[in-house]
Amino acid sequence: MGMVPLRVALAAGLATLVPVVAQAATDAEVAQLRAEIAALKAEYADRVGALEARINQLETTNAAAASAAAAAPAVVEAPPPAPAPAKSASAFNPAISVILMGNYTNLSQDPAGYYIAGFMPPDEGVGPGDRSFNLGESEVTLAASIDPYFTGALTAALTSDNEISVEEAYFRTLALPAGFSIKGGRFFSGFGYLNEVHAHAWDFVDQPLVYQAFFGGQMAQDGLQAKWLAPTDFFLEFGAETGNGEFFPGTRLGRNGANGATAYVHVGSDIGDSATWRGGLSYVYLDAEDRSFADENSLGEQVANAFSGTSKTWVVDAELKWTAPGDPRRRYLKLQGEYMYRTEDGELSYTALGPTLDGSYRSNPSGWYLQGVYQFLPRWRFGLRYDSLDSGDTRIGLVQSGKLTWGDFPMLVPATPSRTTLMFDWSLSEFSRLRAQYAWDDAAPGPTDDQFFLQYIYALGAHGAHKF
Amino acid sequence: MIRKFVVACTVAMLAFATSAQAAIKVLATTADWGSLTTELGGDKVNVYTATNALQDVHQVDAKPSLVARARNADLVVANGGDLEVGWLPVLLQESGNAKIQPGGAGYFEATSAVRLMDIPSAVDRSMGDIHPLGNPHIQLDPHNVAAVAKALTARLAAVDPANAQYYQARGADFQARWQQAMARWDAQAAPLKGVPVVAIHTDQRYLGRWLGLNQVATIEPKPGVPPSAGYLLELVNKLSAAKPKMILRNAYNDPKAAESLSQKIGVPVVLLPFSVGGTPEAKDLFGLFDDTLNRLLAANK
Repeated sequence: MGMVPLRVALAAGLATLVPVVAQAATDAEVAQLRAEIAALKAEYADRVGALEARINQLETTNAAAASAAAAAPAVVEAPPPAPAPAKSASAFNPAISVILMGNYTNLSQDPAGYYIAGFMPPDEGVGPGDRSFNLGESEVTLAASIDPYFTGALTAALTSDNEISVEEAYFRTLALPAGFSIKGGRFFSGFGYLNEVHAHAWDFVDQPLVYQAFFGGQMAQDGLQAKWLAPTDFFLEFGAETGNGEFFPGTRLGRNGANGATAYVHVGSDIGDSATWRGGLSYVYLDAEDRSFADENSLGEQVANAFSGTSKTWVVDAELKWTAPGDPRRRYLKLQGEYMYRTEDGELSYTALGPTLDGSYRSNPSGWYLQGVYQFLPRWRFGLRYDSLDSGDTRIGLVQSGKLTWGDFPMLVPATPSRTTLMFDWSLSEFSRLRAQYAWDDAAPGPTDDQFFLQYIYALGAHGAHKF
Repeated sequence: MIRKFVVACTVAMLAFATSAQAAIKVLATTADWGSLTTELGGDKVNVYTATNALQDVHQVDAKPSLVARARNADLVVANGGDLEVGWLPVLLQESGNAKIQPGGAGYFEATSAVRLMDIPSAVDRSMGDIHPLGNPHIQLDPHNVAAVAKALTARLAAVDPANAQYYQARGADFQARWQQAMARWDAQAAPLKGVPVVAIHTDQRYLGRWLGLNQVATIEPKPGVPPSAGYLLELVNKLSAAKPKMILRNAYNDPKAAESLSQKIGVPVVLLPFSVGGTPEAKDLFGLFDDTLNRLLAANK
């Protein structure tokens, strides 16, 4: 620091001397200076020429490499460039990934009349969708670390009806001690196995019937999730969630506080080098207030029904993936199954043309699916799934008391829906998948619905995760 | 009775605490870096290797067993360069383990110690499964292994300062043995200079650079993209005119394409371990290079 003032003083002193020196400069010195400048110019011209030649050479090498893609990987053996300085405005942009999905559907029965017999229908998430060409949900995910303590992700689904829905939008802790982590916001609940899996990662076009009937496909949670991973050599995870409960089978409640609680435990490990398994037990408790659905009574009138009460669901899940060790064909077999049992207890109101009637309601439906997916060649997979549901012993007070008949609740008439599904898919790369699926669906009363789907799934942008 | 119980508990806890102190838990993503960590850490590290040499490390799932190992790890030794991009980020996030998050001392990437080859100037998925950060398959150049060993020694000492001197000593010993071995390998490998070879994927680039192999083609038209029949035909035509000396196949590769090309152009396929454990002879990093050179030299005769 002390040097600076001295330098300034010197520079100032020199500056005052310059005119004198300049005057003293001889013609010879000027000529010498000119010669030096000319030499400099020539040198730079040479350098620029050399650089241009090099650029040309690189361009031709590139072009040659591109045109002859056959000839080795297109690699220009340039010295590794210094790391480019990050552009401050975009350096912190989150990782973006986009999923494009769509299908062609052929159904032997009119999808407008589709419902899962014996089950109170959720608002959405049931059925094979529309006939003909359909644009599926286009998913956009943005994800990044927030700071050293949190990470965040947003998944928005753009539907074919030109609506945007928030599928997930959550923060998650990274720095809690002792294996704890907390997630908050909207997220797919962690119960069972398939509930957390996004549509593009499903092994079939649609969700198992039991997920459609019990949770409208998938249950999101607007709330908080706490997880604890035990310090064991095998996988042992405990999770608990609560939230506003607004997603089926819950509803928002007209009071403060949270609605419901979800708890689960997942266990997993490997069997030798070739097999991996995971299993879990989950419990979902939710309250519902006026959870409504439309039906048609025995006179053919439109009826608004609404359930208020508690909904308790047990979920058992098990997955097993077998891969031959050292098998370069990457063959694998994945077996997975989930069983759900639910009890609902409360009141059911019935509103047709006349005044609203109220009565008690109890039900204990159950259901399961079992599926196997076999990858027999590196990019080819074949899958088989069987769905089975039992609406159980439903007791409707209004029917038991004789005020109404089962004919006034056609959707709730006890039934045992089932479905068999075949799937075949082909992945040209890790980022694209084409799928054909055929299903014999006996979920609704009446003749079997023969369903045929052709589906595409494309992933753009950031590399997706290979979750187990 | 209660006192006995308390004493027993205290003893058990002390035993647990000392055993926990005795060795730091390391989760290595590949067999090579697992092997290197064992070389450098000796009995002060307890290494769990997430994958084996017969797996394509890019294609692994974030299995429950790996989440459990990540949960308990003091240090993750990853390859980096996006090789594990499909599963390691999930593992780290699911682990609930603050120690091993990227940016901290408990997260080590081997590629951070070396200069990567083939850093693309532009990336697009139409170019196949290319790695924006450069070619991540660095382990088959022994100079890279030496550089990674140096950085990993420093990292082990930072994560477990109580045993820093132990790691430094083992690190120095490893470097001395490794330099000796490299001198031997360099001498052995002299006849391989300029030998024309065909590789399957872009994962022999570092080996090729070290040995001066002349890689004339890859069986994959683009990284990670399997060859079509038309492309293979083109390759056969091209290579029949100027025959390479051998076709390199890694232990984890599907042999089909290499074998069919071999039959058509009459050039042998050489099976290389690629990673520790890829062949019975490649028991550790020294064995990996010994065996790789032996197999190349045998095919070059």
